[in-house]
Amino acid sequence: MDTTLSNFGNVFAFLALGIVFVAGGYLTARMLRPSRPNPAKNSTYECGEEAVGSAWVKFNIRFYVVALIFIIFDVEVVFLYPWATVFKHLGVFALVEALLFAAILILGLAYAWVKGDLDWVRPTPNIPTMPEMPSGKSASERG
Amino acid sequence: MGLLDAAITKHNVLVTSVDNVLNWARLSSLWPMGFGLACCAIEMMATNASNYDLERFGIFPRSSPRQSDLMIVAGTVTMKMAERVIRLYEQMPEPRYVLSMGSCSNCGGPYWEHGYHVLKGVDRVIPVDVYVPGCPPRPESLIGGLMKIQELIRMEQIGVSRADALKKLAEKSIDPQFVIDRERKATTA
Repeated sequence: MDTTLSNFGNVFAFLALGIVFVAGGYLTARMLRPSRPNPAKNSTYECGEEAVGSAWVKFNIRFYVVALIFIIFDVEVVFLYPWATVFKHLGVFALVEALLFAAILILGLAYAWVKGDLDWVRPTPNIPTMPEMPSGKSASERG
Repeated sequence: MGLLDAAITKHNVLVTSVDNVLNWARLSSLWPMGFGLACCAIEMMATNASNYDLERFGIFPRSSPRQSDLMIVAGTVTMKMAERVIRLYEQMPEPRYVLSMGSCSNCGGPYWEHGYHVLKGVDRVIPVDVYVPGCPPRPESLIGGLMKIQELIRMEQIGVSRADALKKLAEKSIDPQFVIDRERKATTA
């Protein structure tokens, strides 16, 4: 009878040992460490500041477009860097390929431009006006 | 859970070897909180860097009090900062140690008299284990202080207070005058 482990057996052995190793570490730590929770210790860590308010704050939706356009150029650089290192060996073919690649991305940029996403729209302030006074004169007329 | 902490309230013969292992583990990986207040912090950073290389002691700054065992109060503790120092100390898990670095955090330093905004010693708000003198202390002094903390940890026992460990450490300390005299005698002889 063949008593050696199959390849799956090897994987299983590693898995089992890994689980025992990690679980053993957690168990020892649980037994050895002191556990003395108190409200001050459990408070949120904010670099020593007292945590104020909720963490669920709203961000301006326009950051979404900015992030998306950033990703276009970020990914472009990621791909162009390795291309630039081997450019000498690949010659004209690589140049055409890279230009094609850049052209596709520039198309995306042109699209965003035409759509007006590159114009950072200034907020139009909504200044509240004084309501009509009983005398019939508005605030601006009274001076 | 904290089994060891909850089950053993008095030191006994069963935990003596556990003591050794636990102390060895703790003193070999003292993680200070990355936390500098003034010019002492520059010296602390220099100590962490390659020339003095605190990594060889297993000392490695952490960015969160949840992961640190040691607080190096490096610099001037202003009244405004004292509040934060207390909060950060409270947020550290036990066992926690405090090293006061430099004259400012030891006793107020140059602000001892007219510094209306400076706390006259960080030990007024949190318990300090080791004081490192200097203005600012050189990296060698800081390493000396850190080794003192390691000695203190080596003295600790399960179910015995920190004060007793400090007392045992004091018994083992060597009088510097004794060393000076001994060296003098050796050189003259």
